[in-house]
Amino acid sequence: MLEYLLSFLILAGALFTFIGALGLARLRDFYTRLHGPTKATTLGVGCLLIASSVYFSSQGRGMSLHEVLVTLFLFITAPISAHLLAKTALHLRIESLAPPPQGDQSDTREAGSYTEIITPPRPPERPLPEERTR
Amino acid sequence: MLKLVIPIAFALVAAAVAMSVWRLLRGPSAPDRILALDTLYVNAIALLVLLGIHLGSALYFEAALLIAMMGFVGTVALCKYLLRGDIIE
Amino acid sequence: MKRLPHPLLTPILAAIWLLLNNSLAPGHIALGLLLGWAIPLFTARFWPQTVRIRKPLTLLRFLAVVLLDIVLANLVVARLILGRPQALCPAFLVVPLRLKSDLAIGLLANTICLTPGTVSARLSPDRDFLLVHALHAPDGDALIAAIKQRYEAPLKEVFEAC
Repeated sequence: MLEYLLSFLILAGALFTFIGALGLARLRDFYTRLHGPTKATTLGVGCLLIASSVYFSSQGRGMSLHEVLVTLFLFITAPISAHLLAKTALHLRIESLAPPPQGDQSDTREAGSYTEIITPPRPPERPLPEERTR
Repeated sequence: MLKLVIPIAFALVAAAVAMSVWRLLRGPSAPDRILALDTLYVNAIALLVLLGIHLGSALYFEAALLIAMMGFVGTVALCKYLLRGDIIE
Repeated sequence: MKRLPHPLLTPILAAIWLLLNNSLAPGHIALGLLLGWAIPLFTARFWPQTVRIRKPLTLLRFLAVVLLDIVLANLVVARLILGRPQALCPAFLVVPLRLKSDLAIGLLANTICLTPGTVSARLSPDRDFLLVHALHAPDGDALIAAIKQRYEAPLKEVFEAC
């Protein structure tokens, strides 16, 4: 019984990891590619870690819960890196399939109009590394 | 059952690593490559955990934890560099 | 200087210490509590705000909803990735925020990243709008309404007085 649960968890974890990377390789623009690794891969590795925890707990050397720590850490950090990556891509104006929403020009409150969310307020002072090599 | 499942899981994760490397080499933009590196470190954790189950050894947990921490810091540092042109302001 | 700047942090840090050592020996419990007391004291200047949870039950229900949604959202995202890439219609959505505190906005952004095929991309400087990228959103307004009703409302209840 336990073995079936373990096998299921391991297979599900590996499949989700695979699908996450497939999304990274297959989708067509950066913003959609971002979705595969952040969600599917995180859940996949979470499944694998839970499987590892169950496996080592069943070995008869007491509970093994420290895998939970890695799971927790991944679930906290994955969204942060995704957010930062999306922010970076917007900053560098990477083109996307989705049209970025244009705030109407009449709405010109000081810092609140949401055109400001899309267009970064100030250009980088130094040239970006890509431009520097050109 | 486990003897059968673990090689399949290894193959799937290895394929995931290969696809991430493909995206890392192909680009086309810098954030794409950072995202590929991010995926690579998470896949490395998956491989380590699988290896731990396969060998029946709990020693690999510390390595997985360290990779998780360092990988996250690396992603943040690279993003920050692209955002501001500087890491520590 | 207060003795315990963040009362919630102490048990959390002690629990992390016990998990890290994978043991429940009394010595480790004592050391964990000591660290849980000392670390918030020495890092208090980084965290000026004290976190107060007003409705723990609502928080628990919110966590359960989020966990369930993570699994469901992953199945949805997996199906979208395996389908035809041309059939996707990605979109940028602007979510107006009612939350005010840093912690609540951060938690909302994290939840949005983990759950329904969306990634939070940018917060406006005055914290009124969150820009969200959705993998597949034929109906953007419905998605915004769902985010607001499903995630923002409970967070508002838990962390900010109504």
